[in-house]
This record gives sequence, structure tokens and C-alpha cells, in this order.
Amino acid sequence: MQEKPLLTGIDDYHLIELVDITKVFDSTTALCRMNLYIRRREFVTLLGPSGCGKSTTLRIIGGFEQPTEGRVLFEGADITRLPPYKRRVNTVFQRYALFPHLNVFDNIAFGLTIAKVSKPEIIRRVGAMLDLVGLKGMEKRSADALSGGQQQRVAIARALVNEPEVLLLDEPLGALDLRLRKDMQLELKKMQQRLGITFLYVTHDQEEALTMSDTIVVMRDGRIQQIGTPKRIYDEPKNAFVAAFIGESNILDAVMVRDERVVFCGREFVCVDRGFGEDTPVDVVLRPEDLTLVPAGQGMLSGVVRSVLFKGVHYEMMIDCGCGSLKVHSTSMAPEGERVGLSVVPFNIHIMEKVAAPGGS
Amino acid sequence: MKRSSFAAPYGIWMLVFTIVPVFIIVYYAFTMGGAVTLDNFRLFLEPEFIGILTFSLWLAFLCTLLCLLFGYPCALFLANRDMRRATLFVVLFVIPMWMNFLLRTYAWMTLLEDTGLINRFLEWIGVGRRRLMYTENAVLFGLVYNFLPFMIFPIYSVLVRSDRNLEEAAQDLGANAWLVFLRVTLPLSLPGVVSGVSMVFMPAVTTFVIPRLLGGGSFMMFGDLIENQFLTTGDWNFGSALSLIMMALIFISLGILHRFNPDAESNGAVW
Repeated sequence: MQEKPLLTGIDDYHLIELVDITKVFDSTTALCRMNLYIRRREFVTLLGPSGCGKSTTLRIIGGFEQPTEGRVLFEGADITRLPPYKRRVNTVFQRYALFPHLNVFDNIAFGLTIAKVSKPEIIRRVGAMLDLVGLKGMEKRSADALSGGQQQRVAIARALVNEPEVLLLDEPLGALDLRLRKDMQLELKKMQQRLGITFLYVTHDQEEALTMSDTIVVMRDGRIQQIGTPKRIYDEPKNAFVAAFIGESNILDAVMVRDERVVFCGREFVCVDRGFGEDTPVDVVLRPEDLTLVPAGQGMLSGVVRSVLFKGVHYEMMIDCGCGSLKVHSTSMAPEGERVGLSVVPFNIHIMEKVAAPGGS
Repeated sequence: MKRSSFAAPYGIWMLVFTIVPVFIIVYYAFTMGGAVTLDNFRLFLEPEFIGILTFSLWLAFLCTLLCLLFGYPCALFLANRDMRRATLFVVLFVIPMWMNFLLRTYAWMTLLEDTGLINRFLEWIGVGRRRLMYTENAVLFGLVYNFLPFMIFPIYSVLVRSDRNLEEAAQDLGANAWLVFLRVTLPLSLPGVVSGVSMVFMPAVTTFVIPRLLGGGSFMMFGDLIENQFLTTGDWNFGSALSLIMMALIFISLGILHRFNPDAESNGAVW
């Protein structure tokens, strides 16, 4: 499944490369032999639960942490030991870290004054940034007197005004309410495309990652689980962890009897995957929206409806199939206790190599 | 019983030992033998007394300046993240504060004497004896030594609670260590500095005893002058007038300092 990124501006030039990065804190390993490249103008998201090493990766690229082993390359040059103030990256910090003793204008102008940019130039560029983030007329406000969303915008403007090669964002929307977060997701994506800057984004919110990214890097326990486009990661999760983390899924024990044939729930299914060998134990992922409700007796699986929840767009039903409980999303509904059939097309049966996975939902 | 009545004992204490005495001082300051007069204040305008006041202000200013110059780096050092576990250092700075300042000053007298430890050391290394005691510098040294902790602690307490993210943000925006300090750490620690300056300057202006012990009476400060009026000369009227002048000075300097405080709601500052 070769997929071109949605955005055409990305070229194949590797702007940043992490080579065999390992980071050990005291005695815990935060990152383990991590390899990753980031292409110019790409929107890359590091996605994973807390403690997976995503923030540490960002801090290593920003220069705030030194890797225990490995190298960080920027445009091919080794910047592993370069202090943060010499790197051509800027960061939007998790809790914004605005300077409380400065007003909005001076916060945004901070980097430019350090770089000794001329006064008229500073006024012009800060003005353009205030325009971009929609904070015109707020120049003189104290940073403390802003709402969370406005602080967020100042933090973004403060970083972008320096025209960095790469913008690092550490869960920048975490402190905002849901509505504002959705708006900002779209705005950030638009900004990134308009300015043509490479974004490296850290989040634990899978929906956020799917919405904004060109490439998602799923991480767990300091190791990369899968790298791919959002669609690829969603449709073809590489293992049960990725499947459980990205979207909702039913993960079942199965045996791949031969190419394109898999057995689970006591029956053989036709699928599209090949190359797993014969009689190999695998995990099967069935997305709740890929299971179709059919009358009892029809379909490939049959079961009893255990619970029904109305979710707005669809119903969420738990259906007992003998081999376990399957979550089904459907616009039609069967009442609790009713016997129903389930069908799934071969294309939607995702086969994954077996790894020790946490209990997924 | 209302909550506010819990403060009653302190209220009574304040009334008897602060408010009433202030009225007594005001009464004495503006009267002479029972008649209302401004003579007590007029007497203060004598060059001799103005000189003592100027000298006190100057010495207190120098003392504050030196405390700031030594104290700020100390506070920075103590507040350093890697140092925080080293409570030993903090304790080292606190211990002198637990001891009576007279004791500490007497200790320095024995060190600074003509035949004291320091002079003997100077003699031994061949530099020769120096006159250390009973000089203006000895007084200044005594003041700085006694008040240094009062400068360090307010600054330390502000620095220790400072948000490290802000320093990282400044570095991220291109500031090297020096610029991070100049543009972020220093301005954000100003409340501590203001608090430290008031905690050193006020008591330094009003000090007595230390100048007498280390200065040998030849360097009289304003506090000594007031003490003399009450204990030696017995001129309570003039003494009261001097006390009022001192109070006015303290209020004025507090007011000035307050203007320098970036957040008057005092973020960790003691005053």
C-alpha cells in the first residue's frame, strides 16, 4: 500500500534525522535505539501514551536533553551537542511558558530582540504574526491577562516569528477545551501549509494526530511501534498496541492457516493478507464500523446483543459471539437480548503480527 | 465567638506597646516642658546631626549594595537545581541567623583587633599589621555580615520557585546563559530583590550598637544618636523628634521601593 502524503510540498530531503538515539534517566530507559527522519515541510506527529518517550524525543531535538547514545542530525550536520539557543528550531511549550513580566508584543518580539533585528523590522514581523494568529490589538496586554486560547496563540506566534526551520509543539492544545482544540487543530494545519514550515507535534490524542499529520509515529515504552500516514496507521495497524491506541477496535486471537485464509471464532475467513506463513498465531483487528449487522442466521458470525448505547451518529452495541464480546458501530439497531448475525468483508479483516499487547478496548 | 476576636490579644499588645508609645513619642517630639513647639525639629537641622543622618544613609546604602552584590549570586547558587538537595549549604547560611547578632559582632571584634587573628595572620605572611578595628570599613563590614542573610533569603525564595520552563523558552528563542539571566531570571526575581533591599536597608539605617562596637564610638549612626538622647543625654523631646524623622524616612524608602516592585501583590516577597 504505497500512499503519497496528502500535502504535495513535502520533498524527500531529510531535514532532521535521529540516529540510534537512546536516553536513560537514572536507571529507566526513556528511549531505546530510536531512528527517525523528518522531511522538509512535513507535519510529523509523535503519538503515544504518557511515558512513551515522545516528549523526551522533542526535548532532545530542541536541545534541552542530551541523548545518552546516538546522534541528532540537522541538514546532515551533527547537532547533538549544540545548545538550544544555537538551533534553528523553536518550541511551543506544553503550558506555553509565556514571560509573565512582558506584554504580548514583547513576548512575541523576544527572539527577534535577542537576534538584534532592527526595530522597524521587529514591529513589522510581530504585526504580521499577530495578524496570523488573530490577536491584533492585544499588543499591550499582559501575558497573564489572556485566556488559555489566546496564550496558546501568543506561544505559537512567539515561536513562528523567528522563522524556524522546524517548529516543535509539545501537546500544545492539551489545556484547551474540546471546541477550541478542534478549531486550533484546523488552524495549526492551515498555518503549517501556508508557511511551509516543518512541524513536529507531540500528542497523546489519536484523533488530533489523525486530523493534522502527514506522518504519524506511534510510540510505546521508548520504542517506535509504527510510522506511516494516518490512513495507513488506521487501516493497517502493525500490532495490537497500535490498533488499540488508534481508534476503537476488536482484537482477536487468530491463526493464519495459509495466505489469505485466517481462522478465528471457530471459522475460516477469507482475508487479503499474505506472507505470514502457515499455521502462524496472529492478532486480528476488526474495526467496530467494519462489522455489519445482518439478520440472525445470515453473515459469518452470530451472537446475542448484550448492550446498546446511542452515540449520536451511530449505535454502539456489544455483541457476545462465543469467542468474546465484539464492539459494533451501526446506524441500525438491534434490541438487547436479540440474536443477530455479523458480516465483514475480507478487505476489513486486518492481520497483525503478535506482540505482547496491553489490554485494548 | 467570632473569628476576629481571636486577634484580640495581639490587638491589645499592639495598642499598649506600639500605638500608645507612638502617641507618646509624637507628644514629646512636639512639646518642650509642656509647651507646643517645633524646636526639637529645628535642633535637628544643625550640621552635626544632619551629618550623622547622611552618614547613616550612606553607610546603609553601601551595606545594601554590598549585600546585593554578594547576596544575589549566593541566592542563585543556592537555588540552582542541582544544588537543591544540598541542604547543607542552606543550613550554613541559616545558622548565623540563629545566633544573636551581638555574639556574632563580638566574635568579629576578637578577629579584627590589632592583636587579633587576622592581624597575626597578616604579620605571619609578612604583610604587616593593619588597623582594622574602629574604622568605617569595620562598621560597614559588620553591617554587611549581619544583614547578608536577610538579602539572600527573599531572593532565594523567589528564585527557587521560579518556572524553569521560562528559562528553557528563552534559550529556545536564542538567548545564551547570560541573556537568559538578564532578560528572564533577573527581572522575574525583582520582587525578591525589592524585599531583600528593604529587609537590609531599613534595619541598617536604624542600627546602633554595631557601629559602637566596631567603630569605637567615632562613627555614630542615627540609631546611636537616638539611643544617646534617651539613655545618656536624657533629652526625650529631641530623641522623640529624631525617632519621628526616622519613621518618616522608613515610610518614604518603603514607598520608593514599592514603586520598583513589578508586582505589588508581592510574589514571594516578604514585605
